[in-house]
Amino acid sequence: MKPRLSTLLAAIASLIVTAALAFAVLERPAPAENLPQRVSQHIAEAGAAHPITAVLLDFRSVDTLLEVAVLLVAVVVALALREAQPDGPDRMGLDNPLLRAVMSWLLPLLLLVSAYLLWAGATRPGGAFQAGAVLAAAGVLLRLAGVRLGGFAGTAGATRLRLLLVLGPAVFVAVGIGTQLGGRAFLDYPPALAGGLILVIELALTLSIALALLSLFRLAPPQSDVEHLGERRRRPRQ
Amino acid sequence: MSAELASGAAFYAWLGVLLCGLGLFAFVVHRHLLRRLLAFNIMGSGSFLLLVGLAQDGRGPDPVPQALVLTGIVVAVASTALALVIFRRWHRVSGESTLPEDV
Repeated sequence: MKPRLSTLLAAIASLIVTAALAFAVLERPAPAENLPQRVSQHIAEAGAAHPITAVLLDFRSVDTLLEVAVLLVAVVVALALREAQPDGPDRMGLDNPLLRAVMSWLLPLLLLVSAYLLWAGATRPGGAFQAGAVLAAAGVLLRLAGVRLGGFAGTAGATRLRLLLVLGPAVFVAVGIGTQLGGRAFLDYPPALAGGLILVIELALTLSIALALLSLFRLAPPQSDVEHLGERRRRPRQ
Repeated sequence: MSAELASGAAFYAWLGVLLCGLGLFAFVVHRHLLRRLLAFNIMGSGSFLLLVGLAQDGRGPDPVPQALVLTGIVVAVASTALALVIFRRWHRVSGESTLPEDV
């Protein structure tokens, strides 16, 4: 009887939340400001011609910086939680010749699409986040095809990985401090340099976002045949 | 307001409301952590739809919420991956796929 009751309670609770949200949608106050209009008025001052990129990396760049920092925190926590005992032989690679063959076609295409998205972000939909996601997808596919990214193996590789993970936020913060040294507000780019600065930030962000997503994938290796620690603990002593 | 309802200007916002409710229900009802993670993601998608949908009130697409949702999606992917890493760790340590009951 107990599960029934809890289901009913959950249904009531979610109905209440849904009703509250519906009420909020119906009775929402009219926006005090016409944001699309303001963006299009100031788009000429931004370093990017596409409104979304302009909002992301110019008007609200501090938000973007913090969101990239959140990504970094996620990777740091995952790094801290990674399996202490090695999972034995790397079984992530699927033994699939078809996947390998397709990868040799897909990989250049993925790299090209990623670079295009990064470049296109200035004038049309695209940008660092999309380019980073595509790059991470390429990395995941490589990993599934059993290709080891040797550059990130070993102690030196781990340091390199961490440096590249930090590169995006670091460049972002460095540009922000640079604008402050130049007598402007944090991340308030001088108009003449805005386009170039945004491109540099986006390039670094693309690498860091792609590596963050990829290492989150790599940090969850397939379950090995090692029995659970809990079962080992629960087993009665002989 | 009923005219607006019928016009479907805020269609995606309504869809978002629905997804939020459904996700919350599934999140509370299911005990398996993977299902909870999925439900949580559905709730997240609902809030993204709500944000983007609310901005569509006849003045063209609003780039500000779109930019926020764009970064939000990447952060959601990262948090899902982090949750999976933690979940696997928990599964490895305890052999359980649910969290212990509080009471």
